[in-house]
Amino acid sequence: MDVLKKVPVREQDPKVRATNFSEVCYGYNLEEAQAEASRCIQCKNPKCVSGCPVSIDIPGFIKEIGNGDVEAAFKVIGKYSALPAVCGRVCPQESQCEERCIRGIKGEAVSIGKLERFAADWAREHNIAPEMPELTNGIKVAVIGSGPAGLTCAGDLAKMGYDVTIFEALHEPGGVLVYGIPEFRLPKDTVVRTEIENVKALGVKIETNVIIGKSITIDELMEEEGFQAVFIGSGAGLPKFMGIPGENANGVFSANEYLTRNNLMKAFDAEYDTPIIAGTKVAVVGGGNVAMDAARTALRLGAQVYIVYRRSEAELPARVEEVHHAKEEGIIFKLLTNPVEILVNDNGWVSGMRCIEMELGEPDASGRRRPIEKKDSEFVLELDTVIMSLGTSPNPLISSTTKGLEINRHKCIVADETTGLTSREGVFAGGDAVTGAATVILAMGAGKAAAKGIDEYLKAKNN
Amino acid sequence: MTENYIYTITKKESLTNSIYLMDVLAPRVAKNCYPGQFVIVKMDEKGERIPLTICDYDREAGTVSIVFQSLGSSTKLMAEYEEGEAFRDFTGPLGHRSELIDMPREELSKLKILFVAGGVGTAPVYPQVKWMKENGYDVDCVIGARNKDFIILEDRMKKYAKNVYITTDDGSYGFKGNVNDCIKELVFNQGKQYDLVIAIGPMIMMKFVCLLTKELGIKTIVSMNPIMVDGTGMCGACRLTIGNEVKFACVDGPEFDGHLVNFDEAMKRLQMYKSEEGRVILRKREGDTHHSNDCRIHAE
Ligand SMILES: Cc1cc2nc3c(=O)[nH]c(=O)nc-3n(C[C@H](O)[C@H](O)[C@H](O)COP(=O)(O)OP(=O)(O)OC[C@H]3O[C@@H](n4cnc5c(N)ncnc54)[C@H](O)[C@@H]3O)c2cc1C
Ligand SMILES: Cc1cc2nc3c(=O)[nH]c(=O)nc-3n(C[C@H](O)[C@H](O)[C@H](O)COP(=O)(O)OP(=O)(O)OC[C@H]3O[C@@H](n4cnc5c(N)ncnc54)[C@H](O)[C@@H]3O)c2cc1C
Ligand code: SF4
Ligand code: SF4
Ligand code: FES
Repeated sequence: MDVLKKVPVREQDPKVRATNFSEVCYGYNLEEAQAEASRCIQCKNPKCVSGCPVSIDIPGFIKEIGNGDVEAAFKVIGKYSALPAVCGRVCPQESQCEERCIRGIKGEAVSIGKLERFAADWAREHNIAPEMPELTNGIKVAVIGSGPAGLTCAGDLAKMGYDVTIFEALHEPGGVLVYGIPEFRLPKDTVVRTEIENVKALGVKIETNVIIGKSITIDELMEEEGFQAVFIGSGAGLPKFMGIPGENANGVFSANEYLTRNNLMKAFDAEYDTPIIAGTKVAVVGGGNVAMDAARTALRLGAQVYIVYRRSEAELPARVEEVHHAKEEGIIFKLLTNPVEILVNDNGWVSGMRCIEMELGEPDASGRRRPIEKKDSEFVLELDTVIMSLGTSPNPLISSTTKGLEINRHKCIVADETTGLTSREGVFAGGDAVTGAATVILAMGAGKAAAKGIDEYLKAKNN
Repeated sequence: MTENYIYTITKKESLTNSIYLMDVLAPRVAKNCYPGQFVIVKMDEKGERIPLTICDYDREAGTVSIVFQSLGSSTKLMAEYEEGEAFRDFTGPLGHRSELIDMPREELSKLKILFVAGGVGTAPVYPQVKWMKENGYDVDCVIGARNKDFIILEDRMKKYAKNVYITTDDGSYGFKGNVNDCIKELVFNQGKQYDLVIAIGPMIMMKFVCLLTKELGIKTIVSMNPIMVDGTGMCGACRLTIGNEVKFACVDGPEFDGHLVNFDEAMKRLQMYKSEEGRVILRKREGDTHHSNDCRIHAE
């Protein structure tokens, strides 16, 4: 074994997986995990931990895996994270924990994410669940939204003894983990559902089909239903469109719609009633994780798929692993290309997309080189489906129905970074609702911080 | 059919042989809903999310009434549900309430309002008419349908509207003609004057009512029913062009100024899944044969 290299992880063959929705990556078995764990040199001052937004004791859990005590490893992780099987799969490790790993200086970083996933999967397969807290204080706290921010905040509060209810607008809990990230990256029935059950096992109640701001307001929760504090983890679900001609044609979807039909509503499964227009020639506009997910979903539904992105490969915001997987599966990248108009046939359906080539100019405010249109470079891509994946912003349903809740010009809720406190007393917020679309682990970090903030607030208030 | 679902059907009534009314136990929705809003029903784990307008509600009993026409695969399945059975999911209230409710009372009392209901669109008109009467305002109402068999809620409507005019395309009941013929009769021959029309029914009907009322110079509100998924502003499936702006019907509507709605676009968008819907029906009838291309062509 080459200690400079990660123990390779087994994956489904690209040709086969391009036609199914089963998970791409198989993960390690015990033997492989132990071999990978032995690469960790158990740093006294572990840099990796400072790269993890929830500061998991990484050498601690890796050591237990090395010893073959996976249950102990799972318990170490459990002190910091309620969703290890999720994070081990979807965290951008290469720019977080693994980026700082000392092993990375001379070779490849330790596969922290894959080891974390291994411990969590092992625990699930061996039916090891967190235990219900012994003490409860009976104080009611409401959590809005059951994405990673809400689940983490609820789980932490329950561990401290609070009586927590999560209110979720959709019919299934999980947020983006359920409606956005596809099955082939994050299996729903096994991985996501189990981690949600684990949060419930801590005593957290989840009420689905309740839209805060419509079914009931935050003020009513506090005044009529006796919740002493509220955490808003409602995400950033509102899709953006480009505003180009033809965008309302039949066959143009937001990535959210396309992914929701397929993930939450399981259109890929013939047992479900959900219709989906899979498309035969599909362009996905955008270059983030969401765009990769939409593209790879369309591919699996049988389409030929382009990614249309206005900057170059180096600027793609998606995780390297996802871009790599997408290419392996046969997605065609049209980089330095921007849509100008969606062409529509007589029936109102998409027939193509007029695009223009771009080149990179001087860096802009974000430090990335600004794409500029190349003169006379327009061309037409023939298509029947276009998926817009241009980012999302927070939904105004809550901010517009809650008195005194301050938002910024991006419609994000203003909240203190260390406590989650908003401009409203007793109301806390975190995750994408505060930061705009970010990552699972950052949302979890914010949920954790807010749980602490809420605990301090309620202790001070009730004393 | 009924697992441990909580949204129990407390009453089922068939209004015609294809239109049903159900009262569903959903206390959170019943407590906060108003005329103009809608709910989303998901019958079981594998079902679609079906948007339906709130037709009535009983805050004390905690029930919400829905009225639906069994047309496609989902609403046909819904018609098979009986009293005592329950839906898996029932979410709401969604969308904005009717703007009448938030209008200054003084202004409202001066308005002469005509409601125009088409077919199953009578159901969303009904709670608005009822609300008006209960708050002391008289309104007129036109109910139109293809023939006598599709006229619903007539007796209930008569309880609350000052005048109810029935019209059928084939003249089998009431006036003979479509709702526009009836509006013209009222305005031109009976000397009626209206300041506001609220028209709810099939898109094609709303489109033509708006063309007429534009000519007559009467402000018109319509309730749009595009394809929806989540109903909370997350997917954009329900987007419409209103004036020069793109709006999401579920959070910005469902009621809009009818003279600004791009109906042609909205009607095309409504057809988007028609062939796909056909596939679902086909699948249910013929088993798992829907993957072959033949069936798709077949379905169209
Ligand atoms: C397709 C896709 C792929 C992604 N891939 C990755 C990845 O690989 N790695 C990564 O780290 N991140 C990824 N992300 C981003 C990540 O999923 C999000 O940053 C994260 O889920 C945010 O968590 P959250 O808890 O703040 O919000 P969400 O997960 O959005 O959850 C919010 C929840 O609140 C509910 N809600 C909203 N409004 C209300 C209301 N009024 N009342 C009640 N409930 C409400 C919503 O229905 C939802 O369930 C991806 C996102 C998408 C869309
Ligand atoms: C805000 C809103 C409120 C609604 N309120 C009601 C209501 O109170 N009662 C009711 O019966 N329906 C209502 N609808 C329409 C209802 O949701 C659809 O008819 C239903 O989803 C069709 O499901 P299906 O599978 O049975 O029919 P499908 O198989 O989808 O379609 C059957 C037939 O109905 C047509 N159709 C599909 N969608 C609509 C639509 N939105 N409006 C009109 N025709 C449609 C199709 O073109 C097709 O010919 C509402 C829709 C919205 C968006
Ligand atoms: S949670 Fe994410 S960042 Fe933290 S250790 Fe795990 S994979 Fe790394
Ligand atoms: S930095 Fe790398 S080698 Fe050091 S403790 Fe962390 S994972 Fe192990
Ligand atoms: S139904 Fe999804 S945004 Fe309106």
